[in-house]
Amino acid sequence: MSELVEVKNLTKVYEKKKTALSQVNLMIPRGKIIGLLGPNGSGKTTLIKLLSGLLVATEGEILINGYKPGPETKSMVSYLPERTYFQNSMRVKELIEYFADFYQDFCPERAKQMLMNLNIDENSRLKTLSKGTKEKVQLIMVMSRDAQLYILDEPIAGVDPAARDYILRTIISNYNENATVLISTHLISDIEKILDEVIFIRDGRVVLQDTVENIRERKGKSVDTYFREVFAC
Amino acid sequence: MAWNLDSDRPIYTQILEEIQIRIITGQYKSGERIPSVRELAAQAGVNPNTMQKALTELERSGLVMSQRTSGRIVTEDLEMLRQTRNKLAYDQINAFIERMKKLGFDKEEVMALLKQAEGEKNE
Repeated sequence: MSELVEVKNLTKVYEKKKTALSQVNLMIPRGKIIGLLGPNGSGKTTLIKLLSGLLVATEGEILINGYKPGPETKSMVSYLPERTYFQNSMRVKELIEYFADFYQDFCPERAKQMLMNLNIDENSRLKTLSKGTKEKVQLIMVMSRDAQLYILDEPIAGVDPAARDYILRTIISNYNENATVLISTHLISDIEKILDEVIFIRDGRVVLQDTVENIRERKGKSVDTYFREVFAC
Repeated sequence: MAWNLDSDRPIYTQILEEIQIRIITGQYKSGERIPSVRELAAQAGVNPNTMQKALTELERSGLVMSQRTSGRIVTEDLEMLRQTRNKLAYDQINAFIERMKKLGFDKEEVMALLKQAEGEKNE
């Protein structure tokens, strides 16, 4: 089987002046958990939105399973945006129905199980939930799909450390062996143990793609420490 | 039991050590099944591919054996368990001696100090 995602010479320019991504080339394999790491404004979210089909590239090409971002890829990609977009008046269980309507690969039982494990009441309205709990609900929805590519933009930023561990375990035990999880985050030390690979991105360019064990072995330091060195201000 | 893993050393090596320790201390008993890759990865909070790699290495060394239907079991070769136990002990001792050398102690001094410390503990 070919690579899950191929990115060729991808460039994105906003309003004809701000270059967010410049000539990015990437191969993203199947069955991996990959960290997309870079400082603020480096182009992480732009890349993610292009992969999710929310933005259109200025130049270059993205292929997911051989398809350009569009209706076909939306059924393969499960995307967690950095902000919540749910209707605040909805109840959690309505959200489950909503997702089940939208996505054929959505598994309501899995979502309900995870909600139960995190003590989130299905009957609550979203507006009554704390910011962190809303983030958990959203992540549960995204991870309850049987997608081929999960793209998580800052999935644990607003969540307490104990729930973070639960969420990371959820990611490990829920994705199937052929699926890939792409996680963008600043909280490197919290997630680096679950990563296979990292992609470092700076000023819209990919500066490194390597396995985390290679980094630990060759540099003798954690990915977090290495990141701080590479991106030292 | 908790897995204490350091982020600045390869996770793979640390998992390998930890499972070996669990085997020689009898947490995973000879002839019994060890948890699946998924379970172990979730417990340790590590990537399943990394856990898989460590278990493959343990299989290669013969400490665990793959069973077609029931996952992996710990070897029943007691001699191999004994050797593994000794090897892990030697690794610790060598690392200790290295560190003492850095502090400027030679072997005889280290031995003398060890005996002295042991004596103090027993008093």
